[in-house]
Amino acid sequence: MSAAIVGIGATEFSKDSGRSELQLAAEAVRAALADAGLSPSDVDGLVTFAMDANAEIAVAREVGIPSLTFFSRIAYGGGAACATVQQAAMAVATGAAEVVVCYRALNERSGHRFGQVSVAAATAPTSSGVDNGWHYPMGLGTPAATVAMAARRYMHEFGATSADFGRVAVADRRHAATNPNAWFYGRPITLDDHQASRWIAEPLRLLDCCQESDGAVAIVVTSLERARDLAQRPAVVRAAAQGSGPDQYVMTSYYRDDLTGLPEMGVVGRQLWRQAGMGPSDVDVAVLYDHFTPYVLMQLEELGFCERGAAKDFIADGAIELGGRLPVNPHGGQLGEAYIHGMNGIAEAVRQVRGTAVNQVAGAAHVLVTAGTGVPTSGLILAPG
Amino acid sequence: MSRILEETDRLKALGWCGERVARDPVNQPMINNWVEAMGDTHPAYREGLAPPAMVQVWTMRGLHPAPQPDDPLHAMSAVLDEAGFTSVVATNCEQTYHRALKVGELLTVRSRLSDVVGPKKTSLGVGWFVTTESTWFSGEEPVATMLFRILKYQPRPQAAAASPITPVVSRDTAFFWEGTAAGQLRIQRCEACGRLRHPPGPMCPACGATSMGFVVSEGAGTVYSYVVHHHPPVPGKRLPFVVALVELPEGVRVLGEFLGESVEIGRPVRCTFVRVGGFHLPAWEAAA
Ligand SMILES: [Zn+2]
Repeated sequence: MSAAIVGIGATEFSKDSGRSELQLAAEAVRAALADAGLSPSDVDGLVTFAMDANAEIAVAREVGIPSLTFFSRIAYGGGAACATVQQAAMAVATGAAEVVVCYRALNERSGHRFGQVSVAAATAPTSSGVDNGWHYPMGLGTPAATVAMAARRYMHEFGATSADFGRVAVADRRHAATNPNAWFYGRPITLDDHQASRWIAEPLRLLDCCQESDGAVAIVVTSLERARDLAQRPAVVRAAAQGSGPDQYVMTSYYRDDLTGLPEMGVVGRQLWRQAGMGPSDVDVAVLYDHFTPYVLMQLEELGFCERGAAKDFIADGAIELGGRLPVNPHGGQLGEAYIHGMNGIAEAVRQVRGTAVNQVAGAAHVLVTAGTGVPTSGLILAPG
Repeated sequence: MSRILEETDRLKALGWCGERVARDPVNQPMINNWVEAMGDTHPAYREGLAPPAMVQVWTMRGLHPAPQPDDPLHAMSAVLDEAGFTSVVATNCEQTYHRALKVGELLTVRSRLSDVVGPKKTSLGVGWFVTTESTWFSGEEPVATMLFRILKYQPRPQAAAASPITPVVSRDTAFFWEGTAAGQLRIQRCEACGRLRHPPGPMCPACGATSMGFVVSEGAGTVYSYVVHHHPPVPGKRLPFVVALVELPEGVRVLGEFLGESVEIGRPVRCTFVRVGGFHLPAWEAAA
């Protein structure tokens, strides 16, 4: 890879933005360009999620981007996050575009809420609609419930407990508590708080589930060469990968031999280590997608930070908290900062690489970022330029 | 929103509106109708005394009421209608009676706006609570008061989710649903290599054949994993409910609601079918 992230921008993270998703997208893109020291006329590529409600052309119109030579969208919900940067990096590498902005804007709390049962998803006349027909009509129709099915089996096979899941939430909320941009700024939780929170979809409690947020994040990608002349220290894309696994479904890959892993994340991880020429022990900070706590444990295993089934022991002594062996989500993650479909995690990785994060991990030379779990997904390794 | 707050301040400052005079004095025929409808047989109401709870009846505005521009509830409702809070529901009505009324008394009523609170998120939708206060007079004497509160709200778009979700059926999956309608749990079998597969698809991932048949499962399996769903509500389901992923001896897994009492991994179950919106969905109950 010869691309770098040179700008990050975001709106505030809230529960009711009070403006359209398009406005949020445009604000974040402008903020990211300003951060990079670029102007809208420098942009020739836009990438977003298939789920994003704002067309590339609409964003280009609002921001005043005169023309685009590259526009692309990635499917599979939050699994798209890191893949937007991969798309941008590939476009830059091939010359399809020179400056590509990745964006995601959503009024996920005040508008369309993903945590509710989506009748549209269950009735779409597509292969995905047919897939959902094996689950939604039977009552399995929310992200939390689909994760709970895998989590229950994981607990059964490895002896993990609800408290083990809770430690992930405690770490995220501890980190968010000192991040003024986090929704849960100043509001840490204890393991007792987690254990006292109500059931959402057993074995998941309320505090195992990420929050619902309004907001937008944008990320500017360009060539390493051009990056050197811009405003910020570049965050070099050392590795970028997508992954889908055997017998893959969206959130319901229940028909594979094993329900306790995330093989699609394994596909991503192996590519990342190979591209970057490094392994898990070289990672200084990990931003792991945390829409639901059990999948953070499974990611630690799937990416090789610990043996299969051993994540509960790996995190038991606070390893994933600031100051631990592998600080995870120093910004507070989606449980603590905001749920911007993983894009706020990429922004945090960039800040860690720049050395400007509020909860800065000293000497963060290699930062791993992952995207949505339970879905075809993606990942990045960023390093200082 | 500022318009709502401005109008609230203006109307509150106006205080009591002009009096409205009852169409008729308190009269025995109306009392007779009322106590008959209520099933109240108290003898005093046969002899010229009106039930206190009738107070609102005397000043009702008839079937085709003329607009009354200075009525605070009317004025406030108009502003909220304009702002999109078009639906209304009465939430509180507290009446206080100072004394019983006698036939022949002619009442008047006056109202004022006491409070407008919002916007509030309610189960009906976002809205404003409008509270008014009314006092009835007989001559100069107040005889009853009422605190009346309504919620003026923006109706929420009707979630299409009210009716249960049924599966999308394709050419590749129709045989399965035809099977459940006939009381069979059908597992797709590749006609070329014999591989069993669920959920089914058009092409055998093992051999590439597109000629598909099926076997009828015995319908007996064990719970491989399960979820107890508590939140949020799911169309057509009563909370909480259990969904189980069941492993069949045929080597496939099938997901369905678990209808039994206690669920655990490894529990033997058998297949049953529940009828939902023209479909028969596979479900599981504890095996004897
Ligand atoms: Zn075959």
